[in-house]
Amino acid sequence: MTATKNGILDSKVPEGDLKDKWDNHKKNLRLVNPANKRKFTVLVVGTGLAGASAAASLAELGYNVKVFCIQDSARRAHSIAAQGGINAAKNYPNDGDSIWRLFHDTIKGGDYRSREANVYRLAQVSNNIIDQCVAQGVPFAREYGGLLDNRSFGGAQVSRTFYARGQTGQQLLLGAYSALMRQVHTGKVEMLARREMLDLVKIDGKARGIVVRNLTTGEIERYAGDAVLLCTGGYGNVYYLSTNAKNSNASAIWRCYKRGAQFANPSFTQIHPTCIPVSGKYQSKLTLMSESLRNDGRVWVSKTKNDKRHPTEIPEEERDYFLERRYPSFGNLVPRDVASRNAKYVCDEGRGVGKTGLAVYLDFRDAINNYGADTIKGKYGNLFAMYEKITGENPYEVPMRIFPAVHFTMGGLWVDYNLSSTIPGLYVLGEANFADHGGNRLGASALMQGLADGYYVIPNTLGDYLAENLHAEKIDTNHIAFDEVEKEATDRIHKLLNVKGRKTVLDFHRELGDIMWDNVGMSRNKKDLQKAITAISELREEYWKDVNIPGESATYNKYLEYALRIADYMELGELMARDALDREESCGGHFREEFQTEDGEAVRDDENFSNVTSWEFQGDDKEPLKNVEPIEFEFVTPTQRSYK
Amino acid sequence: MSDQIMTIHLKIWKQNDPGSSGKLVDYTMDDVNPDMSFLEMLDWLNERLMNEGKEPIEFDHDCREGICGSCNLVLNGMAHGPEPGTAVCQLHMRKYKDGDTIVVEPWRAKAFPIIKDLVVDRYAFDRIMAAGGYVSVNTGAPADANALPVNKYDADLAFDYAACIGCGACVAACPNSSASLFTGAKVSQLAHLPQGTPERKRRVVKMVDKMAEEGFGDCSNYAECEAVCPAEISITAIAEMRREYAKALSEIV
Ligand SMILES: Cc1cc2nc3c(=O)[nH]c(=O)nc-3n(C[C@H](O)[C@H](O)[C@H](O)COP(=O)(O)OP(=O)(O)OC[C@H]3O[C@@H](n4cnc5c(N)ncnc54)[C@H](O)[C@@H]3O)c2cc1C
Ligand code: SF4
Ligand code: FES
Repeated sequence: MTATKNGILDSKVPEGDLKDKWDNHKKNLRLVNPANKRKFTVLVVGTGLAGASAAASLAELGYNVKVFCIQDSARRAHSIAAQGGINAAKNYPNDGDSIWRLFHDTIKGGDYRSREANVYRLAQVSNNIIDQCVAQGVPFAREYGGLLDNRSFGGAQVSRTFYARGQTGQQLLLGAYSALMRQVHTGKVEMLARREMLDLVKIDGKARGIVVRNLTTGEIERYAGDAVLLCTGGYGNVYYLSTNAKNSNASAIWRCYKRGAQFANPSFTQIHPTCIPVSGKYQSKLTLMSESLRNDGRVWVSKTKNDKRHPTEIPEEERDYFLERRYPSFGNLVPRDVASRNAKYVCDEGRGVGKTGLAVYLDFRDAINNYGADTIKGKYGNLFAMYEKITGENPYEVPMRIFPAVHFTMGGLWVDYNLSSTIPGLYVLGEANFADHGGNRLGASALMQGLADGYYVIPNTLGDYLAENLHAEKIDTNHIAFDEVEKEATDRIHKLLNVKGRKTVLDFHRELGDIMWDNVGMSRNKKDLQKAITAISELREEYWKDVNIPGESATYNKYLEYALRIADYMELGELMARDALDREESCGGHFREEFQTEDGEAVRDDENFSNVTSWEFQGDDKEPLKNVEPIEFEFVTPTQRSYK
Repeated sequence: MSDQIMTIHLKIWKQNDPGSSGKLVDYTMDDVNPDMSFLEMLDWLNERLMNEGKEPIEFDHDCREGICGSCNLVLNGMAHGPEPGTAVCQLHMRKYKDGDTIVVEPWRAKAFPIIKDLVVDRYAFDRIMAAGGYVSVNTGAPADANALPVNKYDADLAFDYAACIGCGACVAACPNSSASLFTGAKVSQLAHLPQGTPERKRRVVKMVDKMAEEGFGDCSNYAECEAVCPAEISITAIAEMRREYAKALSEIV
């Protein structure tokens, strides 16, 4: 039963040829007959693409499902905000795409730190996802002939991205949400909105329930089930500012980590190069601008430090088009991590632009001169309008200002091939798990993964676990284990509320965000990471002595919700720094300054770090235990990335 | 980017819980940066209130990008404020002048009870969706996505309707508190797609009947909904829904 033996994790990847593994595995999984499915209750936490698709599919199979989300409706989960699109290996444009190629691009894009078998399965089911979504009435973009349209996206030489204007996430989520609402109507799904999971209840080592806070009334509620699915999204908000929605958080996965679920590659974070920069201290979140803008925009800063001239007054010869200069063959189209890091470097040198000096220009002057303003408007009109709405500046006349922002977390709870965490009965889907993206996620692959996990993987793999537990004792919420967990949760809430200190929750979150961004951000080194570990632990101590949370627990209280999440970030941030310190190589989104070539390119260390680092909680005052899962390549050969 | 700091007077709805009566409370902000979003100004005010040991104002929000449909403020009587086609989370303070007064209230409708301050309960929308806002297809192996071509005109129109963010501004702006624009948008999206055809009649009847049952009023063509809709859903959605409904009733019975 245990996933770890002598510090080595067993991924349970089935035997056989890559392309047969999933089919063979499905044949070998145990089934639960329809009459028995009715006897099981599955708790699904989260209603983004992963959660909504899983909950609907499991209910369709006949399981009883209870679904939880923070927002007032399942439809508002953070997935709704995804813009660009979703990948699939349909090869409709006949440009040479295949399951193999999608698999290979994803493995390579992830800088060879993901499991071959998982990624291959992802590419295999990608085509079913598109079929399923179209059948639900998802209005993907179409061509005049009535067939589906595709576009190209970063990291691929084929057009395999399906999209619905700039609102692909919205349309996919509404598809999954309607499937979910249909099951609510049949009575197979009970929808519990405005609920936040506070902790996991384990009985005999297995996940058997959760304790949640009803966000409307503040009451603590208990729910028992035969399995728990965490579909709670990513933890980018640990950096305070990110492109994530305000309610995105790490608490569910973090609480489960503290109950024994291992946390894999926590430091793997994706920083997106083209976001609208911070304008002041009041800034509450960052807005992503599609990276397609780099097809026509040229990135530059002044050659001189602290150049306060208006951009249009800086003559051509005094501009430094630093990406074109450093990467003559890829130019402005280098991958996300490379573009982000270089923007940071020029700003560190004091050549950043705008009021804060934390931005670079993305200039469309030449594109407008070459192709005309109308062509550029046709391509990017909605993005230009959004930019103007937020900044009040007209990008047809003044270059855009952009800066990198935290966007996605590749790390997450460790799961095996079946999406099971190291706690039996606790499954993790979507961005919350670490599984498919390795060191770096390619554009349009997160939506694919969330829906693959929910529509196609879990409906198969969960049955195997439940079949094994058919005769397990039914638990109700009066079990003493619920009493204990609920007491811990309420004690924690009261302890926080009673601090009555001087600093607001946001003060602390901003401070933590600064530590994380400066030391565990785009570019990391040993000294700064060690410094961050100390700084975070000091801040955490101060938090529990000096935070000021208004109101009480038995009402709607948004700042109390934040306070609980930030308490968890204070611990997770430290683990991220530890993980980044431990990984002595540069790979994907993780760039260690000590491991680079003379001209500043990342150096991977396949000999020592071709593995997943998975951390196991040992107690609040103890260092976590490090486990590894070796990543072996049977079917592809790792190569070093180069964009020169 | 502007450096001019403004003073803004706010009158904000405060209400303890669903049962109690609320009132407008005055706040003055003398350090409003024009680059702040409206919600960032509220964050800023809340930080000040907490530092003064006072209760912050509760309001709903999540994506702050105009897509999740969480934010729900009525500013000086306008749902989502003065900027057309924009959710209030995308509204920036540079739209206001130094010294302006803004009255801030939540959606008001019988079907959307207030939970606290500016936060309301919109579960009724979910229940309308559950009544029929879907294509009844289980997860499995449906036909290839390109097996059924959809003409681009209908596909684009379906998208226009599908863009609804489910915020409820249409209800808040409607003198009758009708949810017709919201419901019509879903009905019309699916009516324009072949996938929606098999359940077309059943769907419209179930959703429209549910809407009435939830306490939303009838539509009398004020068109206030279209004016405030952040997703710019056209009022033709309502006309389509009515046509579908009448047709369905005449054919079903
Ligand atoms: C601006 C932006 C654009 C993007 N664009 C793309 C794109 O074009 N293509 C692409 O592939 N990817 C894109 N991504 C990434 C992608 O959107 C996400 O990775 C993905 O949607 C995550 O889905 P999820 O289902 O795992 O979680 P989420 O959608 O984040 O859902 C999390 C759910 O969990 C709930 N939850 C969380 N914690 C708790 C708790 N404690 N208790 C109860 N409920 C809880 C929330 O309420 C929510 O329902 C984008 C991301 C961003 C930020
Ligand atoms: S129709 Fe418009 S106003 Fe009404 S819920 Fe949808 S997006 Fe909001
Ligand atoms: S906060 Fe998401 S639409 Fe306004």
